[in-house]
This record gives sequence, structure tokens and C-alpha cells, in this order.
Amino acid sequence: MIASLPRSRWLRAATSLYVVAFLIFLFVPLVIVAAFAFNDAPYPAPPWRGFTLDWFVGNASTGRVGLFHDPELLGSIWTSITVASWVTFLSVCVGTANAFLMERFRFPGKQVLSVLMLAPLVIPGVILGISILSLSSRLAEFADDAFGLDLDFLRPGLPLVALGQFSYIATVATLMISARLKRFDRTLEEAALNLGASHAAVLRTITFPYLRPALIGSAAIAFLMSFENFNTTLMLVGSDSPLTIMMYGRMREGASPVLNAVSLFLMLASAMLALTMMRGGSRASTAGAAAKP
Amino acid sequence: MSELAALLPVVPGVWRRRFVLTLLLAPALLWLLALIVLPHVQLALLSLRERVAPHVFEPSLAQYRTFFTEPLYWEVFVRTAVLSAVATALTLLVAFPIAWVITKVARGRASSLLFVVCLIPFWVSETVRSLGWLILLRQSGVLPALLVKLGLTAAPVELLYHDATILTGLVYTSLLFMVVPLVSSLESLDNSLIEAAYDLGASGPSILRGIVIPHAAPGITAGCIVVFMLTLGNYLTPNLLGGKNSQWFTELIYTQFIVRFNWEQGAAFGFLLLGLSTLMVSVGLRLSGQRFVDVMRRS
Repeated sequence: MIASLPRSRWLRAATSLYVVAFLIFLFVPLVIVAAFAFNDAPYPAPPWRGFTLDWFVGNASTGRVGLFHDPELLGSIWTSITVASWVTFLSVCVGTANAFLMERFRFPGKQVLSVLMLAPLVIPGVILGISILSLSSRLAEFADDAFGLDLDFLRPGLPLVALGQFSYIATVATLMISARLKRFDRTLEEAALNLGASHAAVLRTITFPYLRPALIGSAAIAFLMSFENFNTTLMLVGSDSPLTIMMYGRMREGASPVLNAVSLFLMLASAMLALTMMRGGSRASTAGAAAKP
Repeated sequence: MSELAALLPVVPGVWRRRFVLTLLLAPALLWLLALIVLPHVQLALLSLRERVAPHVFEPSLAQYRTFFTEPLYWEVFVRTAVLSAVATALTLLVAFPIAWVITKVARGRASSLLFVVCLIPFWVSETVRSLGWLILLRQSGVLPALLVKLGLTAAPVELLYHDATILTGLVYTSLLFMVVPLVSSLESLDNSLIEAAYDLGASGPSILRGIVIPHAAPGITAGCIVVFMLTLGNYLTPNLLGGKNSQWFTELIYTQFIVRFNWEQGAAFGFLLLGLSTLMVSVGLRLSGQRFVDVMRRS
């Protein structure tokens, strides 16, 4: 029942209990991950054996290789950052172009194009991955047969990972930037044009400053989604693993608390990103953060 | 741009617009053709051929025939679909009360705080969340140890690798995608309608059935569509929490493509999964009479 209606004490208690249980369910896995990053034991499992920072700063001399001395993990973080930067750059550029295209122009086939633009969101990530993999392999084969060219970027590897992630993150960027452009008051542009401003000047001084929050917001979301992507990446990855793939591989071998240490860093980074987004963003943009697995 | 316009003094506006339109269409078409349409055409062609000798292929339906004649394959397919449907229903059941509390019971700051708190875990990578469940549930993990300490079980029990574990993980991963559309559809429900019904003597369940659910239907459908789709295509959660017992269809695709290098079979599996996913999305839309574009915007 809603707040303005009388509710029995039993109902109130049940509601509070449910909310508390729900929050425990949400946060227990995260708290557990964070806590075991500091456990003084070789496996992330109970019992608690005391506090240690070995899993962050440990090196070969302590017998425990901590996060800061694990070149493989640090390298995969760097790989993820590189891929995510490319995906962010491409998605925001294409998303902005798409927003102007869909909000400002009429052309034959617009309806089809707008449905097609949303399609990447309903295609499972695994299938995006295998379809791009099969096309690029076909092209690589063709280049090899016809011209004797060995096109390395068409083989599984980071360029394909970036393209695969971009293929659906571009949709998210398009939606976020279009939503803001739609609410723009075009009389502002007309006024500036009437007063003699050039189109370029109008874009630079009026339209883009207005779009700025959406551009920054979609960049943040694109970066996060790329960093956390697993499904599409799994199918396209070559010898260099981004962080999620590296962590998955190690989790299957049997986890060491180094993974907890790296996870704690990821949580802190996401929390910081979320806080900056929430300060400037709306509910919708925050919700849009939900990374497609 | 301005130079071009100067060259065409008669109809500068039209030409400028044409030019800009072409410029803006190029990236969109390049993106959609090169990364969405053509890859799927290639995948379709791949799924419709058969290897008859090394490097010799013939068009055939053999890959799809294998799917229907090999019980293991379609059993996994049906299992994935059924478990995804169950996970979607459970997610709705768990998320609805929270969306209700956020929109109708909590007020002001408490309400927005609760909403934000519900979103936070989903900013963290699915890999990290799965790691949490692994540490929590495996035989040497926290929960089995706790059960022993409480005297509920004599020895630590293995809580991983059950269907219930997979479902828990899937519900956990999907909650956000259900809470957000539910909150936005319940937010627009006028409280005075509920008050009026209550004053006229309606009971809780009948208010829920007669007012709340019809009003929230678009949000419920949107949430269910997205959750079902994501669950069906999930790989990480069933794989890590279910281990060898997970039998998830995406794992078959991965095995065919990456492990066995049988791309033709993998492509056919991919299309079957895509077909099921698309079918469920369109049935969901048909049932609720919504347009695809609106649903995607809402979620």
C-alpha cells in the first residue's frame, strides 16, 4: 500500500524486512569480494586468518605476487583501457552523427534505419561476436587468396574486439545523445543564424555546449560498457586478453586473492564514475549505465 | 561547407543540406552494414553449408538437421529457454516490491537514495559479481562454512553447480533491467487512483489486479523482454556458477566455434538462438501492443 494510506504494523515491518533482505542480497557478493582481498591466506575462502596487504603489494620475495607486481594482470588492465578508449571515441563520434541524422533530417528509408540502429541491443553479444568473426575471417581469406595479403587486423585480436564492442555501444551512445538533442530549442539556433552567425559558429557556441552533458555521459557509459564487456570479447579475443577475459581464465583455474584485489579496484573505479555521473546526470542516464553482459 | 555554398548561389540551402546528410549517413551506414548486416549475412551463409571434403563446401541444411536429430543439442536449447523464462519470472517477483517501495512507499530523498543504491552493484563488472558468488557458495566458501557453524549441516555442502545457483546468479544479474522500467512505469501511476479505490473498499489484491498491473504493463513487458533476452544470451553466469552442469546454449556455440572449430554448426546454433530471442521479443511486443522502438527507449 502507498504511503498516504494506513498500513498495519505487520505490513510496515514486512516491507522494511524485504528491503533489508533485498539490499543484503545485492551487496553481499561485493562485500565478500572486497573483504577477501585482505585475508592472509592463499585462497579466498574462510576462515579469516588476519589482515594483510600482500595481495596488493606482495612480490616474489614474500611468496605472494600481489596486484602491483603481476605484469600479466596490469597488462590486461592496460589492454582494457586501450580498447575502451577506442570504443568510446568511435561510439561518441558515430553516436553524435547519428543523433543529428535522426533528429534533423528526413530521408527515404529513415524508418528502416532507425529500427536497424536499435537492433544491436536485441542481438545477443555472443552472436554479435561470432558474426563479426565469421565475416572478418572471410575477408581475411579473400585478401589472402586474391591479393596474397596477410591482413592481421582481421584475425581475432584487439581491433576486432574494439569493433565488436563498438557495434552495439554505438547504439547506446546514439540513444543518449539523441534524447538530449530532441529536447533542444531550435529557435536558439535560428536566432543566432538570423544575427549573422555561420553554421559552424552556431554548432560550436550553441549546439555543442548544450549537448556536452550527453556527450560526457555517453562517453563514460561507453567506456564502462566496453571495459566490462565479456560475451562479444570472448569470441573475438586473440592473444592479448582484456581484464574480464583474464579474470575469467584465472577464476576457472582456481581463484587467488589477487583477483579480489583487482576487483576492489574495479569497484572503486566504477563507484567514482557513478558518483560523477549522478551529480550531473538524470535517472535515465544513470540507468543506462547497465552494461550489457 | 561555406565554399560549396558560395559556388551554388541559386539553391545553397538545399545543396548544403544534401551534403551534410550524406556526410552524416556515411558513418551510420558503414557501422550498420559492416558490423551488423553483412556479418549476419555471412553467418547465415555459413550455417547453410556443409563441409564435404577439406576446403570443399556444399549448400545444405545439415547443420540444422543435426540440431533436431541430436537430442543433446535441442535439450540444451529447450533447457536454456525454460530456465531463462523462470529466471525472468523470478526477477519480476523480486523486483516488483522494490520498485513499489521506491515509487510509492518511500518519499523524497529516501526514495531516490534507495533507487541509486539498487543501481550501484550493476556498475560493477559481471565478472566481479560472479567471483563474489563463487567465494560465497562453493564448498570451501562462506555460506557452507556458516551453515556448519550454525549446525544446520554436518559438513560443508557444495552450493555451486545446481540449477538453483544458476537461477540465483541470473536473477541477481538481471535485477537492474527489471527495476528501472518498473520504476519508470509505476512513477506515472497517480496515487489518488489507489486512494480512491481504497476508499471505495477495494482490497489490496484487487487494487493490484485492477489498477496497478494494467498501468504498469508496458514497464513489466519491457523489463521481461530485456531480462529474457539477456539471460538467454548470458555466458558468464551459467558457466561459472553452473560449471559442467550448466548446459547453457551459448556454451554450445562457444564450443563449436572456438573449441571444435566447427563454424558451420556454431553459426546454425547462433541463428537458432537469435531466432528464439527475436521470437520472444516480438511475442512480448504483440501481447502488450507496444512498438519495438518505444520499448528500447524505455529500458
